[in-house]
Amino acid sequence: MKAKIHVTLKQGILDPQGKAIEHALDSLGFKHAANVRVGKYMELDLQESDKAKAEVQVKSMCEKLLANTIIEEYRYELG
Amino acid sequence: MNIGVVVFPGSNCDHDCRHVCQDVLGQAVTMVWHKEASLAGLDAVILPGGFSYGDYLRTGAIARFSPVMQAVKQFAAGGGLVLGICNGFQILLEAGLLPGAMLRNRSLHFICRETYVKVENAATPFTNACKPGQVLKIPVAHADGNYYTDPVTLAGLQANAQVIFRYCTADGRVMPDACPNGSLDNIAGIRNAGGNVLGMMPHPERCAEAMLGNEDGRLIFQSMLTSMGQKQSVGAG
Repeated sequence: MKAKIHVTLKQGILDPQGKAIEHALDSLGFKHAANVRVGKYMELDLQESDKAKAEVQVKSMCEKLLANTIIEEYRYELG
Repeated sequence: MNIGVVVFPGSNCDHDCRHVCQDVLGQAVTMVWHKEASLAGLDAVILPGGFSYGDYLRTGAIARFSPVMQAVKQFAAGGGLVLGICNGFQILLEAGLLPGAMLRNRSLHFICRETYVKVENAATPFTNACKPGQVLKIPVAHADGNYYTDPVTLAGLQANAQVIFRYCTADGRVMPDACPNGSLDNIAGIRNAGGNVLGMMPHPERCAEAMLGNEDGRLIFQSMLTSMGQKQSVGAG
């Protein structure tokens, strides 16, 4: 089973990279691109066929390492 | 005193710390490779600056799992002095030995320049050689020094005098323009609730001898020596 994990800064926490990209988009003429948030995308293979068990593992990985939950939030897809 | 300097893959200020403790202050220094599981015999431990594990994932995120970090946690729990400088501070945050997290600098730039910090609490093992409110000139060199924590934790840090250094102007005014990186409340350094773990973004080891034109950083190391000396004489008595 493959896990696809997205980690981004929490809403409300300043994302300087997102702001810089937003300004760049604006100067390219994309005037309506707002609230740009930059994140990380990770994918990994799990030796697990049970989706519920895989979810427990991925959640634990996110909490312990992949995201810093003081500043970041995560979401994932399994399949 | 025997001071341990932890060496992670990618540490690059480890020998600067060794130099200051050993050559400038005349102390014994043990370089501690990150695979070590024991800190026995050491009086204090320094986590130096650098780019441990290439800053992969997040600064300090991987270093936190080095075997030595379990030993650092035990050492801190036993009251031992732990000083984290720059990347060392980031590692202490990721390890949960200090509260909060580091964000990318507000400007997105890697900032390498002199800063001024105000000593907000001079009654600590790391600042007892400073005067209360003293302004120190110490350089920073980082891309992720924008300190963040939630409002409740911040209020706790302020109420318990755990904010030790705040970025300020040369004449000691703590104001947003004096903050190089966007840190909450101009925070440049904090300690834990127990008072024996300090994290700071500025590099005191880079300005600890007259030959370099600035000795302000030496005060941090001297404070630690004073504090350890007192602890030892109390123990002996």
